[in-house]
Amino acid sequence: MGACDKCIVNRGARDQSAGGVEIGPGLTNTDFTVALAGNPNTGKSTVFNNLTGLRQHTGNWPGKTVARAEGVFTHRDRRFKLVDLPGTYSLLAESADEQVARDFILFGRPDCTVVVCDATVLERNLNLVLQVLQITSRVVVCANLIDEANRKRIALEARVLEHELGVPVVPTAARRGQGLDHLTEHIYEICVGKLVPQPVPVEFDAELERAISELATELEREYPGLACARWLAIRLLDGDERVEEAVRSGELAQLVIGQGREDRGYEARLTEGKS
Amino acid sequence: MSRSDEILRRAGELREQVGPGLHERISGALYQQSAAVSHASVRITGKARVDWDLIADKLLTSRWLGYPIMVFGLVAVLWVTIAGANVPSGWLFDGLFWVHDKLEAGFKAAGAPWWLTGFLINGVYRGLAWVVAVMLPPMAIFFPIFTLLEDVGYLPRVAFNLDRVFRWAGAHGKQSLTMAMGFGCNAAGVIACRIIESPRERLLAILTNNFMLCNGRWPTIIMLATIFVAGSFSPVWSSLAATGAVVGVTLIGVVLTFVVCRVLSRTALKGEASHFYLELPPFRRPDVLRVVYRSLIDRTIFVLGRACVVAAPAGGLIWLLGNIHVGDASLMAHLADALRPVGWMMGLDGIILVGFLIAIPANEIVVPTIIMGYLAGSQMTELDVSNTGELFHAHGWTLMTAVCVMLFSLLHYPCSTTTWTIYRETGSVKWTLWANLMPLGIAIVVCIAVANIWRMVG
Amino acid sequence: MATTMNKLQAGQRATVHGLGMQGGLRYRLLDLGLTPGTVVERMMSSPSGDPTCYRVRGAMIALRSDDAALVEVEV
Repeated sequence: MGACDKCIVNRGARDQSAGGVEIGPGLTNTDFTVALAGNPNTGKSTVFNNLTGLRQHTGNWPGKTVARAEGVFTHRDRRFKLVDLPGTYSLLAESADEQVARDFILFGRPDCTVVVCDATVLERNLNLVLQVLQITSRVVVCANLIDEANRKRIALEARVLEHELGVPVVPTAARRGQGLDHLTEHIYEICVGKLVPQPVPVEFDAELERAISELATELEREYPGLACARWLAIRLLDGDERVEEAVRSGELAQLVIGQGREDRGYEARLTEGKS
Repeated sequence: MSRSDEILRRAGELREQVGPGLHERISGALYQQSAAVSHASVRITGKARVDWDLIADKLLTSRWLGYPIMVFGLVAVLWVTIAGANVPSGWLFDGLFWVHDKLEAGFKAAGAPWWLTGFLINGVYRGLAWVVAVMLPPMAIFFPIFTLLEDVGYLPRVAFNLDRVFRWAGAHGKQSLTMAMGFGCNAAGVIACRIIESPRERLLAILTNNFMLCNGRWPTIIMLATIFVAGSFSPVWSSLAATGAVVGVTLIGVVLTFVVCRVLSRTALKGEASHFYLELPPFRRPDVLRVVYRSLIDRTIFVLGRACVVAAPAGGLIWLLGNIHVGDASLMAHLADALRPVGWMMGLDGIILVGFLIAIPANEIVVPTIIMGYLAGSQMTELDVSNTGELFHAHGWTLMTAVCVMLFSLLHYPCSTTTWTIYRETGSVKWTLWANLMPLGIAIVVCIAVANIWRMVG
Repeated sequence: MATTMNKLQAGQRATVHGLGMQGGLRYRLLDLGLTPGTVVERMMSSPSGDPTCYRVRGAMIALRSDDAALVEVEV
């Protein structure tokens, strides 16, 4: 459980950060922010540990006793801040873990979100993947525990999965260090805008679909350029208080502004990427 | 009405219109698509002839074998830790105390004043050396084993098996996992309580985590068991006896945890049992080498850190208490005298209580403090198990004393690191006080009861 | 045949019809894939008889008998 990292006796070189503010050395000055999401028990921590090594720092999310781990990795001379989100089964319900994860992906606007899946229980894991795809298109699916899948005679057709989902899929066996290079490469490509995934939408029943479309259109009219309008519409229909608050407080406007800035950033990075 | 309010209002209207079961339909649609995608992208290339995972699960949860396997597992882990730690502890002890003697000689040769040599070498360094020698080997063995069990996926099966008992106690099945963690270190166990969602049940788990015998207290139990219970048995038997004592004391702690939870659930922490669901993850082949390597490094750093931060100062303090004289006796002697009556009631004595007081920062210090106290502040010479036994007997120890010390050690109060962690996790002074006073109260009552009954019967 | 999940026999399969409980657990179970139309298989029980483990979409989920009694299924 890694609880010893948080014990005050074992501070070592790490800083305790109660406010969720990164103060560890070397954790500022990063080019991109990457969120690491996934179901519990998918080997997400192994992916995190393998990518960030000792350059990690742990603390709490503000206001919650949910552990927060951040680390840094480098790829092609760019520095990526990796934020390990709590393991969650979905982003729909209201537990502290899920709120933290959802809020970060939605309002924290990471440059890329990696969803770690257990390749041996893919169906259940895809629930979270599909939800994340409703919020952002800058997603890489990490199909972890491929070695376990092989052991159980389960073969994952990664290309088919990519086609079905509309986002890149990278098979990995994180604890053996396999596949992680491909993962960082895809993360890089998404962050610099070289790769622009087109996620497949989720289809709901006719009546629900109509309601969602209507609300999404209204949201888009009010906040032009809002990319995750469908997701927000779904949450509003479900009575999600956090989203309602965001609508009321005008926080959604921030999302659009941020996106605009990022879009301009895409142009710049695209050019860089080509050179 | 502003635009946002309009949007919210419209959302409310649509919610009504769309009809019931909204959440089901959303989840249903998501899963329908998940299933379709998964179906298209996953192929079963062959059927493993034997489904070992299922066999393992059936075995671990079977009616007749389930519980015995768990108890056997506990005994096995303890035995491996205790027997395995024996020899390395001996080496560390010898090595570190060889350095101690050299340092002492060096200081004397350099003409250092007696109190400087005493404080630094006989106090601070001794405290450090003792804790490292005694704590490092068991921790370096136990934690990797525990992590391996965790990685393999065994612990959720334990929670699964024990849920019924936890329900009886008004607690949550996941508490078994926090208790398992507390077995290694109570502070880690308290932090692990975050996995329990309901605040009431989380508090129950936090308050009672102290009753799990942490690594810091094992050496006390082991030493006493080896001296008093194993007596003159050969080394193999004595480590079995030591294991038996630790198992016994642990089980007392476990039973007490359930009882206390049940009582609290009906009094101070009344409330509904929260809903229970648990995923039993597939069994995974753990990466043994990596776990062992990582665990060894982490544990070594932890113990060394603790030794410097806690044990060294405590060692210094013990030396000071033993060597600063007020009137005709040392401070230690004065304290011991003051506490003797209370101690006697509990089947202990004054020095033992002083030991427990000084050990508030770290349970490992109890035994060295007691030894120091009995040696009346003078040199702690080469001590091994048999000398210590003689020393204790010479100061009036009987089997009853040993039993009461073991019980008090199990029950008393959490170490200061754990107390601080409890405060940080609960954010409440009240509950932190509870976490200390409640176990202390129980410890006093139990010891008094045991002492009196023993004296009456014996 | 309509029944509830806790009444399934070992190894028996059934299709989920509806979730009768309210609140947090209902959402949790939906998140785990126990949606109407899902096929569940009853696996083993704890040595004390409760809780029981069910295979849901490839994963093993343990539920208490009281809660499983609120899940309507069709065998």
